[in-house]
Amino acid sequence: MLELSINGETRQVEAEGDTPLLWVLRDTLGMTGTKYGCGIAQCGACTVLVDGTATRACVTPAESVVGAQVTTIEAVERDPVGAKVVEAWVSNQVAQCGYCQSGQVMAATALLKQTPKPSEEDITAAMTNLCRCGTYNAIAAAVRQAATA
Amino acid sequence: MDGMINPGTEALLGSQAAEVTIPETGVANLSRRGLFGVGAGALLLGVMVKSRAARAQGEGLAAAAPRPGTQVAAFLEIRQDGKVRLLSPFVEGGQGVATAMAQIVGEELDVEPANFIVDCAPPGADYMIVNGRRLTGGSLSVRSSYGTMRQLGATTRNMLVRAAAARLNVPEAELTTEPGKVLHRTSNRSLTYAELVADAMKLQPSEVASLRDPATFRWIGKPVPRLDARDKSTGRAQYAIDLKVENMLQAAVTHAPRLGQEPGTLANEAEVRGMPGVHSIQKLPGAVAVLADSWWRARKAAEALQVTWTEGQHARALPADFSSTAMLAKLRAEKGTGAPAEENGDLDAAFAGAAKTIEAEYDAPYLAHAQIEPPSAIARFNGDGTLDLWVPNQAPEMFQAVAAQVAGIPQEKVKIHSPILGGFFGRHFLYDGAAPFPQAILLSRAVNRPVKVLWTREEEFLRDGLRPIGFARFKGGLDANGMPVALHAVAIGEGPIGRYFTPDRPVDSSMVEGIAGKPYSIAAKRVDCVKVLQAPVISFWRSVGHSMNDFFYESFLDEMAIAGGRDPYEMRLAMLGDKPRQATLLRAVAEMSGGWKRGPFEVDGVRRARGVAMASPFGSEVATIAEVSVADAEIRVHDIWVAIDPGRAVNPAMIEAQVQSAAAIGLSSSLLEEVTYEGGEPQQRNFDTYPILPLARMPRIHVRVVESGAALGGIGEPGVPGVPPAVANAVAALTGERIRSLPMSKTRLGS
Repeated sequence: MLELSINGETRQVEAEGDTPLLWVLRDTLGMTGTKYGCGIAQCGACTVLVDGTATRACVTPAESVVGAQVTTIEAVERDPVGAKVVEAWVSNQVAQCGYCQSGQVMAATALLKQTPKPSEEDITAAMTNLCRCGTYNAIAAAVRQAATA
Repeated sequence: MDGMINPGTEALLGSQAAEVTIPETGVANLSRRGLFGVGAGALLLGVMVKSRAARAQGEGLAAAAPRPGTQVAAFLEIRQDGKVRLLSPFVEGGQGVATAMAQIVGEELDVEPANFIVDCAPPGADYMIVNGRRLTGGSLSVRSSYGTMRQLGATTRNMLVRAAAARLNVPEAELTTEPGKVLHRTSNRSLTYAELVADAMKLQPSEVASLRDPATFRWIGKPVPRLDARDKSTGRAQYAIDLKVENMLQAAVTHAPRLGQEPGTLANEAEVRGMPGVHSIQKLPGAVAVLADSWWRARKAAEALQVTWTEGQHARALPADFSSTAMLAKLRAEKGTGAPAEENGDLDAAFAGAAKTIEAEYDAPYLAHAQIEPPSAIARFNGDGTLDLWVPNQAPEMFQAVAAQVAGIPQEKVKIHSPILGGFFGRHFLYDGAAPFPQAILLSRAVNRPVKVLWTREEEFLRDGLRPIGFARFKGGLDANGMPVALHAVAIGEGPIGRYFTPDRPVDSSMVEGIAGKPYSIAAKRVDCVKVLQAPVISFWRSVGHSMNDFFYESFLDEMAIAGGRDPYEMRLAMLGDKPRQATLLRAVAEMSGGWKRGPFEVDGVRRARGVAMASPFGSEVATIAEVSVADAEIRVHDIWVAIDPGRAVNPAMIEAQVQSAAAIGLSSSLLEEVTYEGGEPQQRNFDTYPILPLARMPRIHVRVVESGAALGGIGEPGVPGVPPAVANAVAALTGERIRSLPMSKTRLGS
């Protein structure tokens, strides 16, 4: 039994300690907004915030986030920065298939929480999640818009 | 006019189904082979097309069925809250087709697109409206269904107006509509569609309900926002991988390294069965599965399982010594003449009279789809003998037919649910062994519970159907002025149209599209198709043969220009003298890039150059210019300009988004992507060894939509094929090095 803090709530979960946080979220807690893409921290579809830092949940053992604050896409709009990011994502019509966009929104939220006025280099360095639909220009535009909103 | 032309995927899927001949041998194979049938996808495509042909000839029960696309109740549900649910023939996978359908139906029905809820329809004859078939692919959705869906909206509006006329006891002609309601202005009365729908649905649909004057369109032709933008920005959108049903078990699968191998002994079966949460271990055709109470536990157990694989029987068994290097060498060594796909003029005489001739060989590798959502499926047998199947797919009826075969039940007992797709690009048609739903069906039957199967990324790379490897040989002749007067091209290999639709035809149209059917005026030309079958499971991949063939052709055309001392842009323009649509587009792309300049030139002290290319894919015309530099032997693409002429624009914002997307995947394939085989196994099993384009390498993409007024063309795929040759031509302009083999990352640029 692990005690995790997910989106401000304490959750008791029945899982082996080395279970990746991603699968605790998706299977044990039924929070499917966080996506599985590669399982090896390459694509970023599983990005969540751990104490505000963008973290790839597919390679993060659940036991390693005991005591930390985990924020997922389901709660991102409760964060004022996250809410701005979501609005920028909608108004820039970023999503196509949309599968990677939970992770993209979380990565952008983490960037803007740490660097409210990012440079182009900051955006390129932080937004490393893969998008097979190639929405990258819209992603960058949405990050810029959220930074000025 | 040119002689015989066989222009490709478009010729088959873009034509009426009844015109297509289906190989009987293929259909026969279906019944001979059971589970995971050999070529099941191909054969089911065949079966589907055949049944339509029969219907068109008025045979059997189907002849009496209503014309597809006309049954209002099959498509539309008008809800009491004013929302309209549309059951769409098409699956949404990012291309924006759900929004497009809402625009088109809403325009005629008179309902705001934003008030639509669009879901993919179940299997059914009503939805066979893609030239008599049903599939989401070939960039066909909007252009094939545009008229049908407009009429559907108009027919429904007409029923609502007639219901209102009866209710208000006024002549129909005195009624008008505003979004969501019928108005009687003279009496200042109105009724909402929700108030009228029950009466309206009792009326006989009118086949001649009038259409709106296009001059008054409010949504068609406008950049209507996507219906799914918010759900996809907040994690609420649900894909197949996100679904669950009560009491289901989760399964992880380990496939045999090669198709055709079967599981033998399981050395540590008892130990694995004792792992946490494990329900059971099951052998499947070509795979083993572990079922557990969570997917991670199933995966851990599946990975722990020690399986001995034995050689089995499979018509698509991959030889143990298969390598992509040897495959390419075989294509290169093939000197046969094949069959002509396009031919005009006296080629021998033209070469004999040429002032100069050049030759070159080009190749492109196997590619994976690499959509970010890994494949999954849920199967549930119900007490009434039906099977529910939740499965990512681009063709519900085809999946239904195969599922019925696997389950051993009648097709109508299989209920297909088609969730939105986390990317597809051709991935979710039926290819041999390439989908988890047959496994879900077999496992569910074996354990008598609903089962969800999810493949790991590694299993996905192992069993994805691949864009075939391609090879082409060119010989060009120039006159004394350096203008092309003779062109002989030979495409060698195999494409998905030939494998799955037309194995008995000498020309595989998907092998030659992008080489045959080019618009340039050349006095004598011939394009030959030499079929050399490939062992791996091959597939449709965004823009199909165009994804590599336009790279081959447009690169070689640049080689001819350089050999003749001509500017590549001016030479193309001169060769388009009798092709005003393409010439206009070429000028447009030059103009949007600030006027054609090949370079090299300097920007901020760094040398750059530009390349140009054209393509005629999927009923649209495209002209592309790319600007590149080279740093640390790596190609950097700064800008790509794309002028696209799809005839007319139904949603210009969606077109721009699709061109952005197509350019990205085109660039990704140009620079980075390659599946290689050694010892019968793919060497790339995840994104660490199969890199795709990241944000850091995404260029600016500039899009201009040119509306020539020609017949509606495709949108999803046409942006792809111009990118690889435009980049390669720019690299040649910059460095003098001609890249003839993809991906470009293999070439160490010396400059």
